[in-house]
Amino acid sequence: MRNIRKSFGATAALDGVDFELAPGEVHALVGENGAGKSTLMKILSGAIAADSGTIELLGKSFLPRTTFDARKAGIAMIYQELALAPHLSVADNIVLGMEPERYGFLRPAVIRRKTQDALAQLGHENIPIDAKVGTLPLAIQQVIEIARALATGCSVLVLDEPTSSLSGEDVESLFRMIRRLKANGTSIIYISHFLEEVKEISDRYTVLRDGRSAGGGSTAGTSADEIVRLMIGRSIDQLYPHSSHEKGEQLLSVENLQGLKKPRSASFTLRRGEVLGIAGLIGAGRTELLRSIFGLEQIRSGRIRVGRYSGFATPEKRWSQSVGMVSENRSREGLALHLSIADNIAMNLRRDSTRLGFISPRRLKKSAEESMQLLGIRAGTPMQKVETLSGGNQQKVALARLLHEDVDVVILDEPTRGIDVASKSNIYTLIDQLATGDPERNLKPRGVLVVSSYLPELIGICDSIAVMCRGVLGPVYAAASVNQQQLLEEAIGKGITE
Amino acid sequence: MKRFSRLLNSLAPFFGLFAIYLLFIVIGPESFSSPHNLETILRQTAIVGTAALGMTLVIIAGGIDLSVGSIIALVAVVIAAFLQAGVSPLLSAAAGIGVGVLCGFINGMLITRLRVVPFIVTLGTMLIIRGSAKGIAHEQKIDAPLTWLNNLLAALSPDASWQLVPAGVWIALLLAVIVALLLRYTKLGKHIIAVGSNEQTALLCGVPVNRVKVIVYTLSAGFAGVAGLMQFSRLTVGDPTVAIGLELDVIAAVVIGGGSLSGGEGSVAGTIAGALIMTTIRSGCSQMGLPNWVQEIITGAIIVIAVSLDRLRHRRSEA
Repeated sequence: MRNIRKSFGATAALDGVDFELAPGEVHALVGENGAGKSTLMKILSGAIAADSGTIELLGKSFLPRTTFDARKAGIAMIYQELALAPHLSVADNIVLGMEPERYGFLRPAVIRRKTQDALAQLGHENIPIDAKVGTLPLAIQQVIEIARALATGCSVLVLDEPTSSLSGEDVESLFRMIRRLKANGTSIIYISHFLEEVKEISDRYTVLRDGRSAGGGSTAGTSADEIVRLMIGRSIDQLYPHSSHEKGEQLLSVENLQGLKKPRSASFTLRRGEVLGIAGLIGAGRTELLRSIFGLEQIRSGRIRVGRYSGFATPEKRWSQSVGMVSENRSREGLALHLSIADNIAMNLRRDSTRLGFISPRRLKKSAEESMQLLGIRAGTPMQKVETLSGGNQQKVALARLLHEDVDVVILDEPTRGIDVASKSNIYTLIDQLATGDPERNLKPRGVLVVSSYLPELIGICDSIAVMCRGVLGPVYAAASVNQQQLLEEAIGKGITE
Repeated sequence: MKRFSRLLNSLAPFFGLFAIYLLFIVIGPESFSSPHNLETILRQTAIVGTAALGMTLVIIAGGIDLSVGSIIALVAVVIAAFLQAGVSPLLSAAAGIGVGVLCGFINGMLITRLRVVPFIVTLGTMLIIRGSAKGIAHEQKIDAPLTWLNNLLAALSPDASWQLVPAGVWIALLLAVIVALLLRYTKLGKHIIAVGSNEQTALLCGVPVNRVKVIVYTLSAGFAGVAGLMQFSRLTVGDPTVAIGLELDVIAAVVIGGGSLSGGEGSVAGTIAGALIMTTIRSGCSQMGLPNWVQEIITGAIIVIAVSLDRLRHRRSEA
């Protein structure tokens, strides 16, 4: 792949990336969240098209328009979310789309043989091929998807974070599979954050940073530290305002919280005037932690205390306990895109926009105008639909709703994902103000709990930081006492032996 | 053990059917348990059951078809009009079913080309087809000469008792076996399940998703066409206002039988059991002299109970 470029709107996801894969090698693709790894692989596997650049496959120009095109050419991508038909059997899934048939009738004997061949290549002959896929564990489902790729005759296999939901034992089994495939001449692109895995399994590596190739080489001759340096490779700029915050009483405390799947264990306390950051990789369980605190996900055990209330509560209860949350998913959960700015801000209709239970459009508009000014939302009128705004302005509307409620505990999940630098700066300032409070406008300091995948940002805006890795929340550090390298190492599980 | 519990799960609708049948034998009048009544129940199930075979395919593929009731009426009207014009019974029946198949093909094309959800498309065609049927019939019943077509679902005369049940019931049964085999042993069957189970995956693996959908809606309307023929056979006239709301009975039969409206699940055996459950309740209630409104309430309750039991079982087998 040469000089690949791809932009989404105004942001360049890939800005001239080169990538080369040799036959029969395992090539690791690493980089921080948002560095462009997934975009690059989606282009290779035909899920999206590049704006410019060329791809050559075995010396011939290659331009997949659909994922099926790429599959026919021998490129198969296995995503974190597996692509299987849960209601069909293992065998039916493996031969799906290329069923051996005669006059439209399936040939069960041929299907059996093909399925068993593919599974045998992976050393998993023992998987019951008549079982429905939906009833099998995730690790087995992953094997089935790889087996399907083999059955279609793939020569390039892309694995996107294949170990993120596997246990240690299953990871070992996956690695054995990868070595077998490599011995048979299949090339593998291995996307992972876990550097010790990269060190163990890959022959070469390429680092992406901010949509560019940041370096690469032979894995054997490189230390993990070197790779981390290539991944970060930037200095913290002056984006982050940080006034001194005065810590007050305890607002939120979580003890040994365990969800149905994630988090596996989490404990921390949040005080008034504190900005607490939670770092970690995508899929580590940070979002699930926030959601279970806010009552959006079930919890298995543990204690949550909000002010003087204790125990599990629905989101509605949480709002009345003065807890507010902005979801990471703006389009699905955070905002009603088809409604106006004013409607979105007053969505909960809890305070001052109603009179005797009726909505007062005038008050609604007035309070929306105030919020727009306060947060610097750039839009014509409060009646403008949210879907017409830029990502940054949309995020500010979501935050405005939270401010509208005047809550004590502010929970933010990836508040700056996918927005421009100017809006980011606005949001940092806002978070800082929330924690400082404003005696003139009679605003008490609040407690802010923020999840972000961008480490410089967390170090820049937080008072304290904890790292979540594979569902477990680590100890809380003072933000001033940690650096990116430490946090990243903890996030990728280095030094933690299971 | 696992295999056994799976078998048990798939038979659940039949246990329900058996329980309801037994219940009416115990609490109902003697006439309910007569073999003659059993035959009546089968005859009355044939129409909904046949249409529900097509709906089973549609629902497994993750869709819905609201137009089947209207198709049944249109087919009955077309058959009557052809007979009235002096066309042979066989040709008239073929023409009627052909018109039904065409309606289904149009449904499928609209859904896949316009990319509008099936609920909306078939809601629209439900009205369009119903209107066409009324137009063709000039808003009246079309009288047709009596032919052998009318014997399809008639009660058997004593000298034909070797047939056990009327031809229409045998046709429905034969079609059910064909659909069951289709789902189990053909490529098309697996593709239908794959589309309903995970459309993205089906696309990725090169399943011709749009073609599968068009085929499914065409088949659904084809089965509705056969049901329309049976409907005509029973009424002996082409009535454009017949089978209004029948699509809901048809959907209910599939759902009681374990079909999931989110796709991927459903079985022919379950659907047939579901259709029989509804007729049995109707037959039992009316023979006990319960008024129509009681029957409706009971049928409605059965739908909700059947589906929640099904969900419960699923959740337990997943955990």
